[in-house]
Amino acid sequence: MSDDQTPTDPTTDASQVRYDQARYVNDGQYEPLLSEKDQTSVDIGDDGDSPLPDDLTRDSIKLPELSEPELARHYTRLSQMIYGIDSGPYPLGSCTMKYNPKFTEDVAALPSAAIHPDRSEESIQGTLELLYRLQDYLGRIGGMDAVTLQPPAGAAGEFVGIRVAAAYHEHNGEGHRNEVIIPESAHGTNFATAALGGYDVVSLPSDEDGRVDLGALEAALSENTAALMLTNPNTLGLFERDIEEIADMVHDVGGLLYYDGANLNALLGRARPGDMGFDVMHYNVHKTFATPHGGGGPGAGPVGVVAELESFLPAPRVREVGGGANGAETYELFDPEHTIGNVHGFQGNWLVLVKAFAYIARLGDEGLADASAKAVLNANYLASQIEYEIPYGPFHHEFVASAGDQDAADVAKRMLDYGVHPPTTKWPEIVPEALMTEPTEVESKDTLDRLAAAFNAVAKESNKVLEDAPERTTARRIDQTSAARNPRLSWHELAEEDT
Amino acid sequence: MNESDTHTTGSPYAPHTDDGRTVMLEAIGVDSVDELFDIPEDVRFTDEFGIDARSERETRRLVRSVLDRNTDLTELLGRGHYGYYIPSLVDHLADRSEFLTSYTQYQPEVSQGFLQALFEYQSLLVELTGLEIANCSMYDAATALGEAATLAERVRSTSGHRVLVPDLLRDGRRSTLENYVAGTDLTVESYPTDDGTVDVGALESTVDDDVVMVYAENPTVRGTIEEQLESIGDIADGADALFVLGSDPVALSLLQRPADVGVDVVIGDASVLGLPTSYGMGLGLFACREEYLRQVPGRLVGVSEDETDRRVFTLTLQTREQHIRRERATSNICTNQAWVALRTAMHAASLGPNGMVDLAKRGVTRAEELAARLDGLDGVQAPVHDRHHIREFVAHVDQPAPAIAEDLEKRGFAVHVVGEHEIQVCVAGVPDDDLDDFVATITEVVR
Repeated sequence: MSDDQTPTDPTTDASQVRYDQARYVNDGQYEPLLSEKDQTSVDIGDDGDSPLPDDLTRDSIKLPELSEPELARHYTRLSQMIYGIDSGPYPLGSCTMKYNPKFTEDVAALPSAAIHPDRSEESIQGTLELLYRLQDYLGRIGGMDAVTLQPPAGAAGEFVGIRVAAAYHEHNGEGHRNEVIIPESAHGTNFATAALGGYDVVSLPSDEDGRVDLGALEAALSENTAALMLTNPNTLGLFERDIEEIADMVHDVGGLLYYDGANLNALLGRARPGDMGFDVMHYNVHKTFATPHGGGGPGAGPVGVVAELESFLPAPRVREVGGGANGAETYELFDPEHTIGNVHGFQGNWLVLVKAFAYIARLGDEGLADASAKAVLNANYLASQIEYEIPYGPFHHEFVASAGDQDAADVAKRMLDYGVHPPTTKWPEIVPEALMTEPTEVESKDTLDRLAAAFNAVAKESNKVLEDAPERTTARRIDQTSAARNPRLSWHELAEEDT
Repeated sequence: MNESDTHTTGSPYAPHTDDGRTVMLEAIGVDSVDELFDIPEDVRFTDEFGIDARSERETRRLVRSVLDRNTDLTELLGRGHYGYYIPSLVDHLADRSEFLTSYTQYQPEVSQGFLQALFEYQSLLVELTGLEIANCSMYDAATALGEAATLAERVRSTSGHRVLVPDLLRDGRRSTLENYVAGTDLTVESYPTDDGTVDVGALESTVDDDVVMVYAENPTVRGTIEEQLESIGDIADGADALFVLGSDPVALSLLQRPADVGVDVVIGDASVLGLPTSYGMGLGLFACREEYLRQVPGRLVGVSEDETDRRVFTLTLQTREQHIRRERATSNICTNQAWVALRTAMHAASLGPNGMVDLAKRGVTRAEELAARLDGLDGVQAPVHDRHHIREFVAHVDQPAPAIAEDLEKRGFAVHVVGEHEIQVCVAGVPDDDLDDFVATITEVVR
């Protein structure tokens, strides 16, 4: 493609939505910082009204002092300079950016949900019941015998899995097991979690079909294997067809099989990790169960285990202890016999768990199965409509296309100009210039067509056009290298630059 | 169900008409959705979960009826989590769906608003701590403490093994810390406290070159204000150990600035501002000295320029993180508490510096006043510790503390039991008339 091609103007292309993101421009910057609107210094102790001796207090504090209307505008403007799920499609592979039902915010905001973590168990029976019922729901959905809700995110769930595995092996006199096997295409958190748990990581190459290479797995397994961490469907969207054999191989050497729940949205009501031979799994409730991502969290990463591992789960857990007054069940906290202890100060991200409970209770069996069916249908339909090559299949809820001669990161930037969020890029590395795409079940056919049109329009554009993108977003292409070369991480450092 | 309920089969959040589905299947080249699932028969799930679907209204009613089993109590509870009043501004603006429903800012051009809010959050913590670096968040105080210990191990020039924490440290924090260091050569040990604050002499005698980190809290979990932070810092420094301090944004508005007393890392729960009491859900505060920049865990937002040379914000120094560095990352954290950080920044901005200092000062005076009122009752001595306090204090009760707490709970008040004859009482977020009612009630209870 020649460099003098005229770029498609997404605002005049009838197949496209006209899109311009809000942009407040203000003398070489966008919306000013709070600190540029006001800086008020408050001295402490000068006027003699400090209730503490001077040597126990700071001298002063300098922060913005702004009125509520000023703040309302500031944060409204900031929000307008963000693309969210309610703005348009958000097909980030592995991130499961599905619509977050509004009513779940209302139930999490109930005053009865706002309780202190040190309340007596008798006075929080509602909270304990909700946690108990959510444990039960998740156990059924994953095919697991016991569930802890404590991990506050997926990576924290992985950490629980790794610590439980360590405690289990230690308990069996096999504390020498020092290796965790992870496929090369796995999420980065798997590697980092295993390392945090003190394990050596054994990286497993994929076979030519994009799945676990059984020969390589055989070679990697040994009496030192503590666990194999696996995502299924894997990051290419492929189901690990040999999962039963994989489970047998891992169990034969005495290792445990860990399920990374990032891709569970593909399987609801169709297959369960517990039935595939997995011993431990985490659930990403902010993916599969539609709790909002909040710009990077909070999420929740509950962990399910088979009965043999139940006694190692974090403390405390919730159990039912029979009927109380008025015939209602009563619930209590308890410490499992061989517990690994806490991985969070209390019980994790409670308000997120309330939202997840509400989502599951709303959808039920049919709704959950339908979500997965349509997630897989949507991914396959979108794939059928885009011109980029998709080297691996059959895929489920996500697929990884290759941008070919184009730079996947540039493709992503240009897609922003078409009013859609781009896919995850350049990962997994097994596909060159990867465009990892997961539309989720929430998109209509019309939206998928629009998304496909954006992919296809960009596929035809020149590298020059791509390199100049985006132009319709608040900010134009950002130089990320200079941010790292000259780190300025607070407004204090900007003020120093000015002087 | 009634006329205002809508009930659909399948997911109410997944559109598609039957016609649309047919067209899509044709385009894919299959006859049914089932054909798209490449799952071996042996592992197919053909049973049911046994979870009933409900309308939105029924679901709301269900959650409400379950949570209604929580007793409505006036909480005089603290020990790290506080029920400060949250201005309506925070809920209304943080709930704007662009904030709530967006992902981590991997495409900064289309995420400037959230990046700027997180940069402002970092700046708030830099101002409060006096330390140069603050990350966008850890999960909570306990996990931030764990991350501080692994940081301490990474940055120390010579190897060491001991992490020292106060004997008063909350069990959940200590246990979490122990899990975080389980994969390292570090061990966690307690040092004694004296009348509610650090026993500096005892600390000094236990510190040796094998210590990599000394942890203290200000205020302490019993509400006392630490008086010898500088000495603690000197002791840590003498052993080439990191001095890690636990605190929170309200306390930091008034108490000694950590950077002024030799602190290397501040951790804590920043959601003291921004979140109601949420059964322990938090926001891990993590700030440290600039020299540890390349070893910091978690996300950092920095400044750069875009193609038009305008100032912009972007995630930066990502080569520390798991998605790039994998097993050599500084932490495994990915999803964090970004939206809570936004709420904390909003709450702090809403208070302004005058409001924050005032809130902290009132924590001191109101705790003092309540302690004096309780101390006037027969069978109660308060505060137990001869120290300055903020927000909360421990009171001695002549009767068994669990019985007192149980009786108070029956009458609508929650307090901590922290010893056989010790209760802990917190004033943060409790209106004055509720404190009056509490005093009247406990007067009857201890009678």
